[in-house]
Amino acid sequence: MNNIKKYNYFIFIEKITPLIAVLLALLVGSVVILLIGEDPIFVYKTLFSNAIGNRDGWGNVLFRATPLIFTGLTVAFAFRCGLFNIGGEGQMYIGTFLAAWVGFTFTDLPALILIPLCVLAAAAGGALWAAVPGILKAKMGVHEVIITIMMNWIASSLTFYLVLVYKAPATEDMKAAGVQQMIPHTSEIAEAARLPRLYHIFKFFNIDFPSYNQVNVSFLIAIGIAILAYYILWKTNLGYEIRAVGYSPLAAEYGGISVSRNIILAMMISGAFAGLVGTNEVMGFKYRWRQELFTNLGFNGIAVALLGKNHPLGVVLAAILFGILNYGGAIVNIYTEGRIPRELIMVLQAVIVIFVVISDELVKRIIRRRRKIA
Amino acid sequence: MLGDILNAQFIASSIRVATPLALAGLGGVFSEKSGVVNIGLEGMILTGAFAAVAVTNFAQNPWVGVLAAVLVGIFLGLIHAITCVTFKANQIVSGVAINLFASGITIFFSWLLFGETQIMVKTNLPIWGLFLPNIGEGSTFVRNMIVIFAHHSPLVYLTIIIFVLSHIIIYKTPFGLRLRSVGEYPQAADTMGVNIVNMRYIAVITSGALAGLAGSFLSLEQAHFFVKEMSGGRGFIALAAMIFGKWTPFGTAGAALLFGLGEALAIRLQGVAAVPVQFINMVPYLLAIFVLVSAVGRAVPPAASGVPYEKEII
Repeated sequence: MNNIKKYNYFIFIEKITPLIAVLLALLVGSVVILLIGEDPIFVYKTLFSNAIGNRDGWGNVLFRATPLIFTGLTVAFAFRCGLFNIGGEGQMYIGTFLAAWVGFTFTDLPALILIPLCVLAAAAGGALWAAVPGILKAKMGVHEVIITIMMNWIASSLTFYLVLVYKAPATEDMKAAGVQQMIPHTSEIAEAARLPRLYHIFKFFNIDFPSYNQVNVSFLIAIGIAILAYYILWKTNLGYEIRAVGYSPLAAEYGGISVSRNIILAMMISGAFAGLVGTNEVMGFKYRWRQELFTNLGFNGIAVALLGKNHPLGVVLAAILFGILNYGGAIVNIYTEGRIPRELIMVLQAVIVIFVVISDELVKRIIRRRRKIA
Repeated sequence: MLGDILNAQFIASSIRVATPLALAGLGGVFSEKSGVVNIGLEGMILTGAFAAVAVTNFAQNPWVGVLAAVLVGIFLGLIHAITCVTFKANQIVSGVAINLFASGITIFFSWLLFGETQIMVKTNLPIWGLFLPNIGEGSTFVRNMIVIFAHHSPLVYLTIIIFVLSHIIIYKTPFGLRLRSVGEYPQAADTMGVNIVNMRYIAVITSGALAGLAGSFLSLEQAHFFVKEMSGGRGFIALAAMIFGKWTPFGTAGAALLFGLGEALAIRLQGVAAVPVQFINMVPYLLAIFVLVSAVGRAVPPAASGVPYEKEII
């Protein structure tokens, strides 16, 4: 009896390891903050009170969480099939660019057609880009980790080329000043392709919310996709097969499941999720493609997926936590006049990942030992 | 046109570009020979590159910078070893975390110490060959040989020495035999009294040191500056070189030279060829994919690579 109680206790601990990891990481962060001669209590207070202390803060947090939900689902979904898709960055680039291209090319279409078309383009771009490592893995056995990373750099170069092809014409101001675009970018997408900000929905329900807040309908799409990912994985045959391949490819093959088909499909669905980042970045925020070096959204998706234990609900929660850290970190950066660079948050995210995997392993080991005794 | 490109300068620059890839790839060889996959090479290169520039500028001595890069690499290798060997966590996840950490910490400190994300190197290492007496004047062949073999940073010659030493250590010493046995069949090695944990720690830390050294070469000698994300996927290309080189030091060096030729060609073709520069920039990455695909079935990794060692498998 006592053993069973203890066993349940450890199951509980296993469920909350991510929380412990986050607290430990914040502790490491405060050591770093102390080392550079700042006050950790002030920093964390500023961070959290600004991020979740008011509606504007929450809006900004959800706005930053949106792309992380997509990229977190990217990693989590592929992981369920035993695949490491760390090419979310590249898949996101291609999907996002494609969404922008549809948005500024088919400007005559009504919103009812153009918005779904842009969303589809984003998903298709990501899926296509992820299909390459998927096919190489399934048909030839090439490990997906290096390939997906290489595909990130190729995607970055490809969109750089494409943005120069579709570069927005210089504005009158720029012509007058004789300057070039600082960051190469395309023309803006059509009004009909833009996703409304959540402000409009809040206004409909008479909820007070700042109109300048950037959180938009893409957040709702992200939540929908998280539910979809859950549905596919646990309620469909395809999901069952994908998880079977993830548990044991050999057993799945023996059970009549095509391993290579599921690997390719899992990669493509996972890539489609990454591509949908475009709904937030282009359709809901910048309204155009801007060529920037890696935003790290794809890589942070790995941390989000791990922290969320590769479960859609966990991913959403982890993405919101990272949204809090990212937005709060930016505010702290402003408050301390740059004395605390926002990259501290990146470091914290890496520390969280390491603590999550370590504590997961520790708990698993303890449980195994307990099981043997029981 | 081709004659203008493929000259002695071109070969020399290929060697330069290949050096960090070879060093990091050798790090991968050590780590994987012991059974630990090291995806974190990328981050170790990046952190090494930053540490080298930062310390060089403060100490005004590039050698101290190189040493700092190696130490930083050792530190990250130690973290990787702790998570993967002691805690038996997923090796790819740990490596990814190290890469994330490196991206953050390098920019964090470049803002903090320099207030910008691009830092110029103030003191360069000497290039010994430039001080050679003018031997072989008039003979193009001798001049070309000097350009190819003598006009390099001391780190290039250090790299060659490291490769010869590594080959001897891995294949001609009892230590090397133990290292390989730990990566191929740890149970057997354990039975023979080899300390698996120690061997893996040594190997992973060595790989960190080599990746850090690679980073110092990249920033101090190749670019002469540090800029954020400057490792540019080299850690992963190094892994591709390692696989193509069948996990041997000389094979990895050969594959790294191949990548060096590719990248040097890409650099040369910029502005010369009619192809847009963005497509030329893809060359190293496309080459890596091509190399990995062609290595399928030919290159067999150490059997226990990527598998944490469990003493009690019942």
